[in-house]
Amino acid sequence: MLVTGGSRGIGAACARALADDGWAVALTYRTSPGGAQETVREIEAAGGRATAIGLDVNDARAIPGALEEATAALGGTVLGLVNNAGVRADDLAVSIEDDAWETVLDTNLTAAFRLTRQALRGMVRARFGRIVNVASVVGPRANAGQANYAAAKAGLIGFTRTAATEVARRGVTINAVAPGFIRTDMTADVLQNGALEAIPARRAGEPEEVAACVRFLASDQAGYVTGTTLFVDGGLSA
Amino acid sequence: MSTTVTPERVEQVVYGALESFGADPSEFSRTVTFEELDVDSLDLAELSQIAEEEFGVPLKGADVKGIRTVGDAIDLIVIRAQ
Repeated sequence: MLVTGGSRGIGAACARALADDGWAVALTYRTSPGGAQETVREIEAAGGRATAIGLDVNDARAIPGALEEATAALGGTVLGLVNNAGVRADDLAVSIEDDAWETVLDTNLTAAFRLTRQALRGMVRARFGRIVNVASVVGPRANAGQANYAAAKAGLIGFTRTAATEVARRGVTINAVAPGFIRTDMTADVLQNGALEAIPARRAGEPEEVAACVRFLASDQAGYVTGTTLFVDGGLSA
Repeated sequence: MSTTVTPERVEQVVYGALESFGADPSEFSRTVTFEELDVDSLDLAELSQIAEEEFGVPLKGADVKGIRTVGDAIDLIVIRAQ
């Protein structure tokens, strides 16, 4: 199981939950090797198997090598992938610079496509695979100031649906989770701005609550669930 | 890898792949079409991957779209490997 952006927040929680479910986990990091190593230590202390791999998901040429490294470290074909790595660069659509548009689309959408494309090679041959894309409630739902992020996450959901139909008969499932406001470093500024009042549950979600959904979608029990998006948003999108 | 590629070896690998996709071996021949074997685009993508792994021959989507029969695929792999 490869989890991108696994050094902190939702990615780290996913790595822990999946390891707890018996997956050997390779988690990638870009800027936080310390966080990644800490997550690995936590997993190993709990009796699981994990390794940390440095990867800039925007470096297309590095992706095959990262999969190979994960395959070697995990002792077999990578049969699970969580595309979690993501960035924000918020602004009004009228003001978004090209760089901010491209960075957000590249990291949140294009990288997920490239990793999926690479991972599917082994999964299709193995007749088994689990891919979970971490999308967002933003995309299916509007959020002023995040047009680039919304475009990327809506695109990720569309990609999930179509790619899922292409490989379903090979025992490979592709699903998405769509978190709402989750308490992470990435949302600390948003949660301080009164966002909680708009959430029916009146609270932010925890990374572990997203990870629990990812864990289910990656499990054997979810073998007949594919192409769907599971919202984890306290009712925000209801 | 290309020094060991013979039409016979390629045929063997292609037939093995087709069988793994669920095609009926009694129907295998160089002239049978993939459509007649009920081999679809995902199967052909996997066949491309197998050819790359076995013979070091990368086949892109555009290459595969041009082939219609099993013989077309065998010939393409052999030519690319030379």
